Amino acid sequence: MSFSLYVEVLIQGVLTGLVYGLMALGLSVIFGVVRVVNFAHGEFAVLAMYAAFILFGLFHLDPIVASLPIAAAFFVVGYMLQRTVVQPFVTRPQHEQFILLVGLSIVIVNALLLTFGPESKHTDLSYSFDSYSLGAVLVDKARVYGAAAALVVTTALFAFFRYTLTGAAIRAAADNLTGAAVVGLDVKRLYAISFGVGLACVGAAGSIMMALTDMTPMLGPSLTLLAFTIVIVGGLGSMAGALFGGMLIGVAEALASVIASPSIKSMVSFSLLVLVLALRPQGLFGKAEA
Amino acid sequence: MAHRTGLIDRRSVLAGAGAAFASPAIVRAQEKTLKIAILLPRSGFFAQAGQSCHRGALASAKVLADLGYNVELTHVDTESNGDVARTQAEKAINDGAGAIVGAFESGHTLAIAQVCEQRKVPLVINVAAAPQITQQGYQYLVRNFPTGGMLVTNGLKLVNDVARAANVEFKTAAFLHANDTFGTAQRAAMDAIFPKLGMPFQLIESIAYDPKAQDLSVEVTKLRSINPDLLLIVTRAGDAIKLTRDMVRQKFEPKAIMSPGSPGLYDEEFFQAVGPYADYFIYNLPWANPKAQMTRALEASFKATSPKNRFDLDSFNAGFTFEALLVAADAFKRAGTTDGPTLMKAIKATNIADHVMIGGPIAFTDRGDNVNIASASVENLKQTPTVVFPADAAAAKPVLPMPSWQGRT
Amino acid sequence: MSDLLAALPARGKIALALVVAALVSAPLLVDRYVLSILLLALFGAYLGQAWNILMGFCGLLSLGHALYLGLGAYASAALYVKFGIGPWAGAFAAIALGVAAAAAIGWLGFRFRIEGVYFSLLTIAFAEFARIGFDNLPWLGGAAGFFLPVRAEEAGHWHNLRGGPIFFYYLALAMAAGALVLSTTLRASKLGHAFLAIREDAQAARALGVNVTRVRFVALFISAAMTALGGVFIAFWTNNLFPAQIFDMSRSIDIILAPIIGGVGTLFGPIVGAFLLVPLGEALTEALREFGLNAPGAKALVYGFLLMGIITATPSGLWPWLARKLGLMEKQP
Repeated sequence: MSFSLYVEVLIQGVLTGLVYGLMALGLSVIFGVVRVVNFAHGEFAVLAMYAAFILFGLFHLDPIVASLPIAAAFFVVGYMLQRTVVQPFVTRPQHEQFILLVGLSIVIVNALLLTFGPESKHTDLSYSFDSYSLGAVLVDKARVYGAAAALVVTTALFAFFRYTLTGAAIRAAADNLTGAAVVGLDVKRLYAISFGVGLACVGAAGSIMMALTDMTPMLGPSLTLLAFTIVIVGGLGSMAGALFGGMLIGVAEALASVIASPSIKSMVSFSLLVLVLALRPQGLFGKAEA
Repeated sequence: MAHRTGLIDRRSVLAGAGAAFASPAIVRAQEKTLKIAILLPRSGFFAQAGQSCHRGALASAKVLADLGYNVELTHVDTESNGDVARTQAEKAINDGAGAIVGAFESGHTLAIAQVCEQRKVPLVINVAAAPQITQQGYQYLVRNFPTGGMLVTNGLKLVNDVARAANVEFKTAAFLHANDTFGTAQRAAMDAIFPKLGMPFQLIESIAYDPKAQDLSVEVTKLRSINPDLLLIVTRAGDAIKLTRDMVRQKFEPKAIMSPGSPGLYDEEFFQAVGPYADYFIYNLPWANPKAQMTRALEASFKATSPKNRFDLDSFNAGFTFEALLVAADAFKRAGTTDGPTLMKAIKATNIADHVMIGGPIAFTDRGDNVNIASASVENLKQTPTVVFPADAAAAKPVLPMPSWQGRT
Repeated sequence: MSDLLAALPARGKIALALVVAALVSAPLLVDRYVLSILLLALFGAYLGQAWNILMGFCGLLSLGHALYLGLGAYASAALYVKFGIGPWAGAFAAIALGVAAAAAIGWLGFRFRIEGVYFSLLTIAFAEFARIGFDNLPWLGGAAGFFLPVRAEEAGHWHNLRGGPIFFYYLALAMAAGALVLSTTLRASKLGHAFLAIREDAQAARALGVNVTRVRFVALFISAAMTALGGVFIAFWTNNLFPAQIFDMSRSIDIILAPIIGGVGTLFGPIVGAFLLVPLGEALTEALREFGLNAPGAKALVYGFLLMGIITATPSGLWPWLARKLGLMEKQP
């Protein structure tokens, strides 16, 4: 096993991890503010992949570019969903929220299966099969573009939370719900916006993923699990944590594949998850709860 | 209670009341037609394969009718769920099915086998590779599909044959497989059989990958560092695409990529997704004999029932699904009754010389395996699966070593 | 048993007697198809009750109960196939292994105060870990599956859990009934009161002198042991085990749908939920076939919408609502 092998695997892990990190970020935002765990998260990612697939078919729009309109559309979907379906569940116990979202995930998967069939779908991009070579190290272009796009979206989101009034209000509501309501913030609207922002993340991530790989309707559950793992490791509610968690999981799985066997790589992420839960339950980047 | 069962299915309750467990064999014996229920995982995790088999079943109806068989086919979705497979098998038999064909996945197949055994209704397996299926002691099942061991033995022999035919020599090989039911059965067979066959090359490493992996880039990087002459793979439908994409991106070019029998490399979605890069993959597995008359009939019917398909036939899934139906229909014709035990006896005595898949006549061992199933070497040429070995079924000569990824259009 | 009767009003006792009589005589009244559905519903009711002891009585949301199911199944099957040890002895091993896994989860969870959604994710992580672990365990077949012999001469060896559908039907009925009696007894006991106190407010319970950690461990052990026993049932009923099926996340979800839809924390909720959802799935298949809409996925699509609808309409589950309507309300202990 040569040195360049490890370098290459590390780069792959980081780049892939950034995209998955963006997806997980959506989960983190929704939970951080609305306190609802989106068990249909991976299914929404798959839905976004199909959206990107359709846009590519109709307008030959690159999925990485398409991540913008898809994120916008997913924001609206998330906003409406929170207002209509999810809002009554905000105060209800976690297991009831779970059933609602599991039901939703079943609906999404099977609607996709009925519409598009079970065969995997892909997009033909000029750079699908290309890679950059840095000496002996090869890095594929799609992954570089995807990771860059994920970084851009995350930065935009960071700016939104940091520099806009709405963003500040959402952060306030996340920190102290009662306080936010007392000072007159429209909490329901903030919830809806947060759910929208969360889905916008997963929409952008799903669209970007369409440039990296192909998808079938059945991909959802494993993406949901992946998002959970990343978010717990990075810290629920932490933006930097989600990105870092994504990279960490990406690198850990890649290294496990090289050193041990690729078939056990998820065991490494789950071990990380358990370790973090035990030693630092708020996640590597999360704030300890008072 | 009455209203509760009524909610489930009033008719079957009425039909079943009183006659509880009596087999309706007497009623069936007078029937002129054999009802065959085809149970496949058309939704859920195995939907892609299930629907591929389903297209074969759809095409089969006309061919069987033209051959003079009186069968009526009903199509049932097992939803990729063993419990559903079991209850739907009960349901199908209640509704008069005299034989069952299915069920692609080994676990589902065994759930159905249990029902069939208890109700003395024959089960003809179209696809399911776990060797244990015919070793558990079921009397009412036969399998017209090779076990993992048969696939690997035939597949490895063909590797030699094809290499010799193309005058290519391999020194080293690596084996990459999905860590799922099928892939692991193949791996076990590989571990057991490879040392015995005295292959002229060395197997350096076997790599198992997680079937739920989102991409296979690290796996390919690992392969690149091993750099074998020959890459042996057992993938699943979608994985072949991911694997190919990462091999091209990483410019990994072994002399040949061969599969000792696995799905993925001949599916339409594979050609759609990777285009010219799909070419020169070789897979050694049972295949519809393009020169057999029955294959042509099935192809013609397939065109009518699945007009959107680019190929004449989903040779593997459709071929085996058709043959399973053929076995049941043929036995019914000889037995002249839908009575389970009699029909099963006829199925065990099957001897069909003219059929679709390459190999000897369809016949079953005591356990219910068909050991006459042969494998062919099929190579993707001009983005079409083409038989390249054995010569009597071949439509072209094998192209080896594999041309570079670069410059393909 | 007396606790069960004490929990019901007169109408409830009559209704319960009728249902039990109907279920006991079902193999004489209905055909095999209906019986196979009833069996699934009973087994679902059993697993739902096992899960309910942890969640409904103690407030700990486990989303990884497939772990105990799979461990129980593999433990008993491995002893039977590899060492010729029958399922009754195997059941003890299954329970031991299930409890051991629960102890590990409990130790991590309670020692490090992993609570709420974090605890749920911990349980998922363990189940997934086991799935991949067993996938890579060649001694027990790995992903290629583990198989029990099904020779014809073994039929009728009911003492080795070798039998036909009627045998397994009554076994499932006995298990579901046993679980109901156990749940009732538990809830009426001192331990049961401790459970409920913790579920309502763990802090307050602690202040009242309840050893919260110990009581939670007990609930977790009972729930895991019962689920592992369910695994023994699955192993000997289906005769084949695949890690990807028995440890799968979807299995864990299946286990908890019935008790949540039926009513978490109630005695009859898990049973009502299972007897609604299992036949509902079958009815949907039939109805869609009748209307010619049985495209692959259509049934699951409707099923998903119905899940969302039911949980939106009946916040604490169907049974409390149904019991009110029919005057069968459980008396609170």
